[in-house]
Amino acid sequence: MPECRYPRIALVYMLPVALLIGSLFVGRYQTPVSAVVDESMKAFSSLFFGTPASVSTQHTILFNVRLPRILAALLVGAALSTAGASFQGIFRNPLVSPYILGVGAGAGFGACLAILLWDNYLLIQLMAFAFGLLAMFLAISMGKASKGTGTLVFVLSGIIVNSIFTALTSLVKYVADPYDELPAIVFWLMGSLAAVRYGDLLYILLPMFVGALVLFLLRWRLNLLSLGDEEAKALGMNVEKMRLIVIVCATLLTSAAVSISGVIGWVGLVVPHISRMIVGPNYNRLLPMSMVIGASFMLLVDDLSRTIVATEIPLGILTSLVGAPLFAYLIRRGRMGWN
Amino acid sequence: MELMLEVNSLAFSYGNGPVFENVSFSLKKGEVMCILGPNGAGKSTLIKCIAGIFKPAAGSIRILGEDTASLGAKGIARQIGYVPQQNEVVFPFTVLDFVVMGRAPHLSMFSSPSAEDMEIARESLEVVGLSDLAERPVSSLSGGQSQMVLIARALVQEPSLLLLDEPTSHLDFGNQVFVLETVQRLASLGISIVMNTHMPDHAFLVGSRAAALTGGKLVALGEVETVVTSKMMSSVYGVKVAVREIEDMKRKVCLPLNGKQYTETKLIH
Repeated sequence: MPECRYPRIALVYMLPVALLIGSLFVGRYQTPVSAVVDESMKAFSSLFFGTPASVSTQHTILFNVRLPRILAALLVGAALSTAGASFQGIFRNPLVSPYILGVGAGAGFGACLAILLWDNYLLIQLMAFAFGLLAMFLAISMGKASKGTGTLVFVLSGIIVNSIFTALTSLVKYVADPYDELPAIVFWLMGSLAAVRYGDLLYILLPMFVGALVLFLLRWRLNLLSLGDEEAKALGMNVEKMRLIVIVCATLLTSAAVSISGVIGWVGLVVPHISRMIVGPNYNRLLPMSMVIGASFMLLVDDLSRTIVATEIPLGILTSLVGAPLFAYLIRRGRMGWN
Repeated sequence: MELMLEVNSLAFSYGNGPVFENVSFSLKKGEVMCILGPNGAGKSTLIKCIAGIFKPAAGSIRILGEDTASLGAKGIARQIGYVPQQNEVVFPFTVLDFVVMGRAPHLSMFSSPSAEDMEIARESLEVVGLSDLAERPVSSLSGGQSQMVLIARALVQEPSLLLLDEPTSHLDFGNQVFVLETVQRLASLGISIVMNTHMPDHAFLVGSRAAALTGGKLVALGEVETVVTSKMMSSVYGVKVAVREIEDMKRKVCLPLNGKQYTETKLIH
């Protein structure tokens, strides 16, 4: 049985590449195959052989508008899914999302505050990232200060942190200028990749790379953590240290993703389930599969968001509209890959 | 013979009074020690202290002469295999993936099990007789099979000491016997075993030594015959108990007495 499964799994790994190429064609502005091939050749030669860059409208659309956005969708989807899968393992709960520790609410508040105070795109991102990390540190220190043990106290502190930052976000909305700042805040909170440029990718690349690399290297140990504290300890693992490393890395991924995309729900919850159905619960295969499926799912949804209607549909709305029924379908099929 | 395990004046406390204190015993290679005692006596806590899951409040544990306090979690896990009472696996790993997790103390932090580790896991499944189930999800196993898979995972650690926390609870009669036979077989391979049990009879079946833990103290320790007596068991469990030899089987059994037999004090030594 496992033997015949591998070629199909290899195909899944090709999916993001195929979708990347396909997504270049997608959009309001028509780009025929010949134009895409032509512009790709030109861009390639200017990148590697220093020939003068193309200045056509098609070049701008393909490589300055669509490509950075496609890359951002791939990165954000992979990051949220990897973080979600990791959190589900350490909290031993398949219903956990990357926002369990209040990272989404924290980042959302940071961004809203920045919109209110400065309205500078870079500062919005930085504040979102910083407050995402701050939310995690609050949740962790609260969990550590409490007398309880194990993961439950972290879940509870996450709920507390989440509700504090949600309240603060409401406060920012309440005092914001209803004609100018408030729509910007609401739009940001619903999630979008429309404004992403290469520069933004550069700045999220480092935290994402660090978080993903460490989680990828530790992926087999996530299996042990999912057995529970006592069993992991009896197998010689320093559970507290390992859990902290995983939380920090997963938060780096989540914060970096949220800082350029806004709060996008469901991806980090649904994708690990789909991946578990394909390769099973072993993190050795599950984590890379979550990255690939997450990247593909996010890119597909983003393609939808910029093509369904003339104006953009915010991503958070679409991921919920696509993710929630998909989740319901998976539950109906009863093949969730957990008990 | 060399002492495999030495427990010296061990004490543990959750912060409000000791769970147990001044617990001392030792075990030789290939010996099976059954720890008896009522619910809440601290049997599981004692096992978890030896396994390094809980940190004892006082006393020391030596494995092959080395103090576990200086071994570290990884070092302990290379010597001591812990088989929990029941496993609640959230994610349905395959049996093989689950068993190979026992290789963790032998692997570095960033590495995954190699083909060699997989082979060790397969061998260990063979030892407990579950090779056919290697690709099955652990969630689909029966209680008896789960217990054997947990034992297989502990064996993969290549331990010199195996700790079993009530391995026969939740199991039907046949599976209880099957697990006990496995315990005996492992002991004959030279692994020392400490095992909690609710059934004094099990000590007669597999134990070379026994201990009774109640009220936070070891009230009896020694050869099974000297610990599992009607007087000791009656006082430990608070019910009247008789220990009899089945002559044609050359084995002792431990039986609870019913109301009528209560009054016939002759039966109760």
